[in-house]
Amino acid sequence: MLIFEQSMPKRQNAAQIPISRAEITDLPKRFLRQQPPALPEVSELQTVRHYTRLSQKNFSIDTHFYPLGSCTMKYNPRGCNTLAMLPEFLARHPYGPENLGQGYLGCLYDLQEILKDVTGMTAVSLTPMAGAQGELAGVTMIRAYHDANNDTDRTEILVPDAAHGTNPATATMCGYTVKEIPTNKEGDVDLEALKQATGPQTAGIMLTNPSTLGIFEREIKTIADIVHSVGGLLYYDGANLNAILGKVKPGDMGFDVIHMNLHKTFSTPHGGGGPGAGPVGVNKRLQPFLPIPMVGFDGKKYTWLSETEVPQSIGRLSAFMGNAGVLLRAYIYARLLGREGMSRVAEFATLNSNYLMTKLADAGFDMALPSRRATHEFILTLKRQAQQQGITAVDFAKRLLDYGFHAPTTYFPLIVPECLLIEPTETESKQALDQFVDAMIKIQKEADETPDLLKGAPYTLPVRRLDDVKAAREVDIAWKKKNKT
Amino acid sequence: MSNVPDNLKYTKTHEWIRQESDGTLTIGVTDHAQGLLGDMVFVEVPDVDANFNSGDDCAVVESVKAASDVYCPVSGEITETNEALADTPEMVNNDPFGDGWLFKLRPTDPNEISTLLDANGYQEIIAEDSH
Repeated sequence: MLIFEQSMPKRQNAAQIPISRAEITDLPKRFLRQQPPALPEVSELQTVRHYTRLSQKNFSIDTHFYPLGSCTMKYNPRGCNTLAMLPEFLARHPYGPENLGQGYLGCLYDLQEILKDVTGMTAVSLTPMAGAQGELAGVTMIRAYHDANNDTDRTEILVPDAAHGTNPATATMCGYTVKEIPTNKEGDVDLEALKQATGPQTAGIMLTNPSTLGIFEREIKTIADIVHSVGGLLYYDGANLNAILGKVKPGDMGFDVIHMNLHKTFSTPHGGGGPGAGPVGVNKRLQPFLPIPMVGFDGKKYTWLSETEVPQSIGRLSAFMGNAGVLLRAYIYARLLGREGMSRVAEFATLNSNYLMTKLADAGFDMALPSRRATHEFILTLKRQAQQQGITAVDFAKRLLDYGFHAPTTYFPLIVPECLLIEPTETESKQALDQFVDAMIKIQKEADETPDLLKGAPYTLPVRRLDDVKAAREVDIAWKKKNKT
Repeated sequence: MSNVPDNLKYTKTHEWIRQESDGTLTIGVTDHAQGLLGDMVFVEVPDVDANFNSGDDCAVVESVKAASDVYCPVSGEITETNEALADTPEMVNNDPFGDGWLFKLRPTDPNEISTLLDANGYQEIIAEDSH
């Protein structure tokens, strides 16, 4: 039941209305609301029950194994929340003077330094508010760099066909034409195609390493040399940073600019698209263009760096300085781990992924790239089951829900048919991984013996199999008040 | 097995091309492609009078699984588009070679059609795909 459907006219709770309402007199009359907003009129207890019930219907990392992994959100240690919610942080006004916010500014400065160190970049700006905004900042800086060199004939950004959809979207937003580079059978970038596609028109390449295929791009040095040799720059999509944290630095691979998803790799909570944090890191040649504000430190005092200190900056991306709470959580997460703990994240993420992949391969499942070692994630393909049994990746994903597992990513990357992209992350126990393997084996047995059972899954959840075609064709997500007759 | 009519031309990227008597070409996506993509939920066709080079992405077919670009098979100018697809994208699934057509195009160079695949050539492409 929707909360609007529980609404009764005039059921209002005066106790919840603020007593000191500020009188606003300077707003033009035409902008003032003539009628009260159409909010549901429900009691406090009804509201509590409604949202508690909704949360109980949810699959989440707090309740279930969640093999979407860091791609969506990995486990958020509770200690980070506790510390980020200290009243001194929570009550700080963003316009508060620098001398009254030295502790907060110090945390952000340290976070900049930690991210520089772990990625091997020269400078970092924390201000982008999400991965996509980090990408926008990154490619805007590439453009600013070429423009500053009067090198204005570069019109193309290269993107491998295994890339995240945000990469071509970002390049297009920044006014570039996207040229797609194919992937070879081993899962690496096709170097011959890359060589043919590069030239004086190349502004740069956007690359994820490890790639979305869950493998480390072995030819990264050659790719960097090819693109740099024609004057293009290398952009690192940080979506899969979890696999190499503290082990390999994008800066050492030859990348010029990188964005990091703190809400993924540095474990901060985000749901339904926000709030996130997508800091950007750059090497020396892109440093002048970083978005502002950043935090500077002269050995005594932390200060905001803005237009005066960074005159060539691409500018501001948000009011104030990104999502303060997310940045603080990421800082605390990094400090709790320390340098040593950070490389353990990569080790255990990779170990868990390879353990799960090996167990599933032993159980008879097909891997998309059987000859390659997995990174923090791997791809299983159900193409054989689809062809022989008519059982698809969606059927497996839906049936997993009945067994108490959130479904992994399905049908991505696009170049692998009927795929499940499985990322267990570093925090899952061996028991949880073994239970997942057992469930997959049981589902395969069901596919062999009672395939119709799978077609109707899930059976145990508050919502059964949705008609995703109807949902996409006839989108209806807004509640509208019915006219009473 | 998917249907590959003999009287059509094809591309590696799964478009089909029919030569009309007035010199225009009708273009759509193949039965094989619609089968891989699954149920269509949205089709974006190009603007009439727009010009494209061969290989340009000029339309989008979006299914519950993925959004895919449709590439212009030969250079030319768009003369007509299938407006009915806005309300009934499922025609691409139900009748890919008939009512599910996407757009018509007047080729800049009619000889370019000879560079396209015939039904046999396209069958080979599909066979490679399903390995």
